[in-house]
Amino acid sequence: MKILVPVKRVIDYNVKVRVKSDGSGVDLANVKMSMNPFDEISVEQAIRLKEAGIATEVVVVSVGEKKAQEILRTALAMGADRAILVEADTGDDIEPLTVAKILAKVVADEAPELVIAGKQAIDNDMNATGQMLAALLGWGQATFASQVDVADGKASVTREVDGGLQTVSVKLPAVITTDLRLNEPRYASLPNIMKAKKKPLEEKTAADYGVDLSPRLKVLATEEPAGRAAGIVVGSVDELMGKLKEQGLV
Amino acid sequence: MAVLLLAEMAGGALALDATAKAVTAAAKLGDVTALVCGPKSAAEIAATIEGVSKVLVCEDAAVAHGLAENVTRLILDQAQGFTHIVAPAGNSGRNILPRVAALLDAMVMTDVTEVIAPDTFKRPIYAGNAIQTVQSLDPVKVLSIRTTGFDAAGTGAAAPVETVALSAVSDLSAHVEDKVVSSDRPELTSAKVVVSGGRGIGSEENFALVSSLADKLGAAVGASRAAVDSGFASNDLQVGQTGKVVAPDLYIAVGISGAIQHLAGMKDSKVIVAINKDVDAPIFQVADYGLVADLFDAVPALTEAV
Repeated sequence: MKILVPVKRVIDYNVKVRVKSDGSGVDLANVKMSMNPFDEISVEQAIRLKEAGIATEVVVVSVGEKKAQEILRTALAMGADRAILVEADTGDDIEPLTVAKILAKVVADEAPELVIAGKQAIDNDMNATGQMLAALLGWGQATFASQVDVADGKASVTREVDGGLQTVSVKLPAVITTDLRLNEPRYASLPNIMKAKKKPLEEKTAADYGVDLSPRLKVLATEEPAGRAAGIVVGSVDELMGKLKEQGLV
Repeated sequence: MAVLLLAEMAGGALALDATAKAVTAAAKLGDVTALVCGPKSAAEIAATIEGVSKVLVCEDAAVAHGLAENVTRLILDQAQGFTHIVAPAGNSGRNILPRVAALLDAMVMTDVTEVIAPDTFKRPIYAGNAIQTVQSLDPVKVLSIRTTGFDAAGTGAAAPVETVALSAVSDLSAHVEDKVVSSDRPELTSAKVVVSGGRGIGSEENFALVSSLADKLGAAVGASRAAVDSGFASNDLQVGQTGKVVAPDLYIAVGISGAIQHLAGMKDSKVIVAINKDVDAPIFQVADYGLVADLFDAVPALTEAV
């Protein structure tokens, strides 16, 4: 069984994001970039399925700028077998619908039985690509997975839902999106980082797939969120209670 | 303009608060028709929400558990004539709406916090560190509503209820089971008061300190990702960028350092109280009242004082 894992290069989750003063977006110049944390979890899950003898090949794919090669190499160093870079430089963030359309074409070429994607990218926080891909392929979907068991042409997936957990069984091929508690991604070891440099990385462009990159959402402005007024430090529990009572909160 | 609003369900019943808040947002876009996947009793409650002009109800077992493939089919069955397809941005809406949007060849807009115009919306990006205003160029707009940004519409209306059928049942996925945590406490995203615990709590047993204070205040219990990852609290209590977003009147953060990802889920609370022994903890930068103290002294004392 082949597994396809889409990965995205995003601002590192530890970086404090700053909005550009002209409102044209966020400042990404000289900022540390990394693999989207949910995508690391997806890569890890795919590798574990391979280690368990369920998957035979793990292919990682990134749609975006050329620099996404870095995170593809990271995924290869973690244990993915090969990588595909689809260059689609829109000069800005690329929309999940566009990514899903390109991924659908990659799926048509690669014929994986399972796509494991992160539930959301921590830049646009849209939480949409996996579901959109499943829709375009006419496949089933199991989103926000915290446990995945694959057997007999099906995946049994425990999903994180609002009130607790839900288990669904989805026929393969299918799209699974991963949540935080699914696993803890491994670090790539130095020998594996070296080996990853020799693993195949195929370069394609969005034009190869004939997908229109025009965005459907026009970004009119990007601004700082409203700030909070400075608070005060209280000296004791009694003083705190006094303040809360004053405001009728307790 | 006409809006098809997918009502939020919880354990087979209508999640009235989330649905009524989404109705407030949807009513700014046009005439609202609510779609209920569940029993008629839930549809009858949805029909009382002011601003809802009609309720469609589907009692088919295939949509009862919110399976994305079947609910998407149902929405598309009914989508004719609607300019907007909307749902509250809970995990159900997050699961279903992108699938609907892709099949309509539209780009979904998730977690909308403000309606500027019928085609223009504000939504947070980068864990709420930036707010983007986007204009949709798609003929049909598909969007989820972050309910903390809107007041709940009142009840007292009596809209007509019409039964609808699902045109085809998909066999792509099947529901196996729900493990829903039942609690007498208020629901996290709609509670007036939330008490949350973080890594500083130290253990699952100690989390009782948070629960006791919450119970005394009639509050919901929340947790930071660190507390959930450490096994102190269950995942459905997680507040943050990838968990639940809350905006209660009072949010008490206990032993929470205040990582950006946590702040993303609670910084719109009206009053924030932080109790932490680390004076440099970032949580104090968003707190209205900060108490620098050992939580193991301060929380029992506060519980006593309430």
